[in-house]
Amino acid sequence: MGYRSYCLVCSGDKCKNEASREVYKELRHVAEARGVDREVQVVRAGCFGLCRSGPIVKLLPDETLYVGVQPDDAQQLVDDHIAGGKPVERLMLRDEDCMPHLETVRQTGFYQKQVRLVLRNCGLIDPDSIDEYIARQGYAALEKVLTEMSADDVIGELKASGLRGRGGAGFPAHLKWNFTLQEVRRQARENPDSMSEVSIVCNGDEGDPGAYMDRSVLEGDPHSVIEAMAIAGYTMRARRGYIYVRAEYPLAIARLEHAIAQAHEYGLLGRNILETGFDFEVEIRLGAGAFVCGEETALLASIQGERGTPWPRPPYPAVVGLWDGPTVINNVETWANVPLIMLRGGEWFSRIGTESSSGTKVFALTGKVNNTGLVEVPMGITLREIVYDIGGGVRDGKEFKAVQTGGPSGGVLTAEHLDTPIDFDSLSALGSMMGSGGMIVMDEDDCMVDVTRFYLEFSVDESCGKCAPCRIGGQKLHSILSRITEGRAHDQDLENLDAIGNAMQHASLCGLGQTAPNPVISTLQSFRDEYEAHIRDRRCPARHCKALVRYEIDPEACIGCTVCARKCPVNCIHGERKAVHWIDQEECIKCGECYAVCKFGAVRVS
Amino acid sequence: MTVSELRDLRERKEKEHGRQGPGTSQVQIIIGMGTSGIAAGAKEVMKTFSEVLEEHEVQNAQVRKTGSLGLDHAEPTVEVAAPGMPRVIYGQVDEEVARQIVERHILEGELVDKHVYDRPAPDALTE
Ligand SMILES: Cc1cc2nc3c(=O)[nH]c(=O)nc-3n(C[C@H](O)[C@H](O)[C@H](O)COP(=O)(O)O)c2cc1C
Ligand code: SF4
Ligand code: SF4
Ligand code: SF4
Repeated sequence: MGYRSYCLVCSGDKCKNEASREVYKELRHVAEARGVDREVQVVRAGCFGLCRSGPIVKLLPDETLYVGVQPDDAQQLVDDHIAGGKPVERLMLRDEDCMPHLETVRQTGFYQKQVRLVLRNCGLIDPDSIDEYIARQGYAALEKVLTEMSADDVIGELKASGLRGRGGAGFPAHLKWNFTLQEVRRQARENPDSMSEVSIVCNGDEGDPGAYMDRSVLEGDPHSVIEAMAIAGYTMRARRGYIYVRAEYPLAIARLEHAIAQAHEYGLLGRNILETGFDFEVEIRLGAGAFVCGEETALLASIQGERGTPWPRPPYPAVVGLWDGPTVINNVETWANVPLIMLRGGEWFSRIGTESSSGTKVFALTGKVNNTGLVEVPMGITLREIVYDIGGGVRDGKEFKAVQTGGPSGGVLTAEHLDTPIDFDSLSALGSMMGSGGMIVMDEDDCMVDVTRFYLEFSVDESCGKCAPCRIGGQKLHSILSRITEGRAHDQDLENLDAIGNAMQHASLCGLGQTAPNPVISTLQSFRDEYEAHIRDRRCPARHCKALVRYEIDPEACIGCTVCARKCPVNCIHGERKAVHWIDQEECIKCGECYAVCKFGAVRVS
Repeated sequence: MTVSELRDLRERKEKEHGRQGPGTSQVQIIIGMGTSGIAAGAKEVMKTFSEVLEEHEVQNAQVRKTGSLGLDHAEPTVEVAAPGMPRVIYGQVDEEVARQIVERHILEGELVDKHVYDRPAPDALTE
């Protein structure tokens, strides 16, 4: 096992300070003598850039910083702090202002609040090496299922785990699997000679803008999905699985192809797997990148070589799916959980997360947050922990405004919701949605009306046009939102947004149209005042909507330094050197550059 | 492959690839090579690591690739495990930083300032 803590001593090769080297040697020596050298590791950490107060010692993980440490202090540091857990007050850094310079070892907290189950191998193993996957209990779940478990056992574990689909809707996985199993058994009983083919499908379409969780799993740990699908194949007596990936993910496709070939070579796919008599093949099907093809029935149509448009449900794919046979379709992340559940037991899994939403969720954390990236957190974590502890807070010290989850099908959570535990049910109760896991952080500069307009634009573009509520309703919503951002709307429009949204939710054929109004309804609820400001005062509170902002130079404050005039991309700022400048409003494209560069606060936005 | 062959293979591979503790003498340099890492230059960084290791005749180091480490704001990211050093993740590793990691972290046992991003996440399989 690794060390429990680290003791970093500033001591670069370039460091002239002899004392640093002595402190380092002394700390090592004392730690060893005290017998704590297996728990704390003393490391030379290069220059902290604060030589005046050196030598400096920093302890991790608690980040205590000691300054002016002398060799004789080593004993006390080890005895009191490292062994006793009590910081040595007398040596601690007091001047908080120095802190920003001391970033030698940044503890971003990015990983420490994460629980990486789905991403258990991402960032650890070589995705092109089946051996490395096997070294980390890979294919142990398949082995266990094939040799020790019946179909009912598998579904029993899945049920105990409480695993819900990670593709958006959060449907319990065990129910889906069981519907299929019951249908397969019914057919076997009633017409054993003409049974339809059973299929296992992995939904890797991931069309939500801003989401890339599934891509990362397929790129980082392709075998976890293949193994899971084989487990499902055994359970539901399927012989064939399809992984539907969008063609824009060439690296994921290449790694999957490689993984499938390796699994074949090892006898973990193909005929007579592990010599247990079980046959299973996995094929990759490429999607052309239409958002609606992520919807399960459209996806199945697309695999069948038809146009990717949804068909009405019921019947559900679990009963009548691909080539009219029973079909289990799950999301990439859902699949990646399955081997762990089989190995460690459903009960173990159910203890992670919340009562109604067990396990973890992978989020693609993006937007105005310091640490963007892919994070996996236990369900029930608060938004505050994600945004501040993991994400490191809002960028540039700006004010947090909202988080958008669920992409074009979701909604926003506001500062008021920062302490709400996040799971499937709490998010729907707040009018948002877990969705596939995009999480976009917005700050004071983001206009909620315009963000909403962006999502509607996406949904309109992606609508397949098969049914009228979505085709026409989406267009209407989008045009109203555009008018609002241009300052050409009326109070009546707010009611219209509500009414059209409602109709779409109830009358659309598939999830795309049913959920497309969600961003509108959610922002209308949380940020109605912003809508009203656009409509009634022709004002964009975030100063984002170009039609509604105006950049002006305050003649009292302008000293005529010419910086803005030189930066303006359309050269519409005029004025002599050392004389007051002015903006030609006709030409101004409202890029905000002048506002950003004026050091005298002379450019005003209204 | 039979079930027992799979078990044997796993046992062998666990020894070969298991996460190393403080006792082993192997240096591991693991480069995040998902789409975002590669876009940020991870392939060139991998090449630099191999070159600099060779230049200094470091024998006990292994350069490997892996999927995304998740730290998209700090790509390319590289996890480094070396005997007697904390396991850390370096971010924004360009070719110059890669050279410093070999010359300072691996050869001199000293962290490379300003590029240490984090400690790795706890391992779900063993903890
Ligand atoms: C418009 C639309 C797009 C969807 N896109 C995806 C997608 O990209 N990936 C995905 O896994 N599920 C997507 N879904 C959800 C699927 O229809 C389906 O519910 C899911 O694949 C089931 O897997 P799960 O139970 O594991 O979540 C989408 C649904 C709709 C309505
Ligand atoms: S709701 Fe939209 S995407 Fe779905 S079937 Fe109707 S038109 Fe097509
Ligand atoms: S940058 Fe500011 S002070 Fe300088 S000319 Fe422009 S408005 Fe005036
Ligand atoms: S907002 Fe942009 S285009 Fe308009 S005056 Fe300022 S710099 Fe020029």
